[in-house]
Amino acid sequence: MLIIDNLCAEVDGKPILKGLSLTINAGEVHAIMGPNGAGKSTLSYVLAGRDGYEVTGGSVTFRGEDLLAKAPNERAAAGLFLGLQYPVEIPGVSNLLFLRTALNAQRAQRGEPEVSGADFMKLAKAAAEKLGLPFDMMKRAVNQGFSGGEKKRNEMVQMHVLQPFLAVLDETDSGLDIDALRVVSDGINAMRSPDHAVLLITHYQRLLDYVVPDHIHVLMDGRIVHSGGADLAHKLEAEGYAALAA
Amino acid sequence: MSTLPTRKDEAWRYADLKAVAQHWPVPVETLVVPAGEAHADQIIADAGAPAIRHIAITIGAHARCTLTIINAGRDYGRIALDVTCHEGADFQLGAILIGAAAETIELVTTVRHVGPNATSRQIVRAVAGGTATTSYLGQVAVAREGQKTDASQSFKALLLNRGATANAKPELEIFADDVKCAHGAAIGQLDSQAMFYFASRGVPAAQARALLTRAFLSDALEGLDDAARDAAETRVSQLMAALG
Repeated sequence: MLIIDNLCAEVDGKPILKGLSLTINAGEVHAIMGPNGAGKSTLSYVLAGRDGYEVTGGSVTFRGEDLLAKAPNERAAAGLFLGLQYPVEIPGVSNLLFLRTALNAQRAQRGEPEVSGADFMKLAKAAAEKLGLPFDMMKRAVNQGFSGGEKKRNEMVQMHVLQPFLAVLDETDSGLDIDALRVVSDGINAMRSPDHAVLLITHYQRLLDYVVPDHIHVLMDGRIVHSGGADLAHKLEAEGYAALAA
Repeated sequence: MSTLPTRKDEAWRYADLKAVAQHWPVPVETLVVPAGEAHADQIIADAGAPAIRHIAITIGAHARCTLTIINAGRDYGRIALDVTCHEGADFQLGAILIGAAAETIELVTTVRHVGPNATSRQIVRAVAGGTATTSYLGQVAVAREGQKTDASQSFKALLLNRGATANAKPELEIFADDVKCAHGAAIGQLDSQAMFYFASRGVPAAQARALLTRAFLSDALEGLDDAARDAAETRVSQLMAALG
């Protein structure tokens, strides 16, 4: 599904990723943990193609294609989804318009027919219900007046409607209370299937109690320094990153 | 005014004077809303419309005038309003200026509050692409008799290109001592975070830009009923195509 090979990237001329390699197969859930400043969010932005994140070396292959050669919107159309740590507010554009535009733009790029207004409403309603987001909020401007938890639920609603092959979720658990964490975790687990993969980027082991990953990687100073199974999260929580680096 | 304006005339400082010379002199059109009545109008000034329009509007006591303006699609397009509000009158203006290529699109308003208790509200939104210039010159003049005037003007402009220009010139002239006059002007670019959010969801840049621009402009259509708003938004979408 995703092969990252020796990826190097910098922001404002400062190297952040320094030879990161990671392979994710279809059907797997991976988690990346690491201290502040290790490059976790940079990795997610580099994969999504955000301006200002410059790749200086290495390669990323997504479903057999060169991901880095594609524009950000083409990456999304190819099946990559980035759940933002800080979802953006867009005044004057409703969630429904935003999401319908996104879905149909992706379908157009893949040569698929548009989804009709009625079919889209069914999809959006089902996703909002599953993620516990009142449907009335979908009619409001994108993320405007949403609490931190509602914004994260909204990201999950978008993911469910767009059905990406790979979801990269950047600290989707931050800002969630326990109940919201459960709902969001259920939403992520519902995406698990032999055709889909998830990359969780998180600070805390808490999320990983609900969404049990197949593999956990520790990112420090721009590289994966350690990989292990689901039990690694508890070891990290108990001993910290520093012990691992030593 | 019968002599050709020059750059020294404040109200013409951003005008395309070559174009003005071709269309001079400009007849003054008049609109009178009699006391106690209500009048709503839309002015869609695009390719077929006269380059320059000068409209004098008189709003009688306790009368109401709601005006929607879309000014776009012309090498030079200028609309000048001279509005006089009598006691208790209400003037509501929503205006959209769209400048593409090398166009110069202007809106110049003078709103005179000559009696007490009149209200005026102006919401003007502009977008400029290419090397276009959009300008809003808005004067509010409150006479000594205009006590309890409540006047506001809000101008926001979006620049899509480095070569595009927006000019804002709010001007208040107040001779009464118990009035509320608010004005605000802001000129900026599209929010890069919002653009990335769209891109990360699969929306191509041109489509995202159009959606964000339309959302920005639609502030000026607030307060219209659904049918009028839909019609105006459709026309705006068509005119925005020139922005590329």
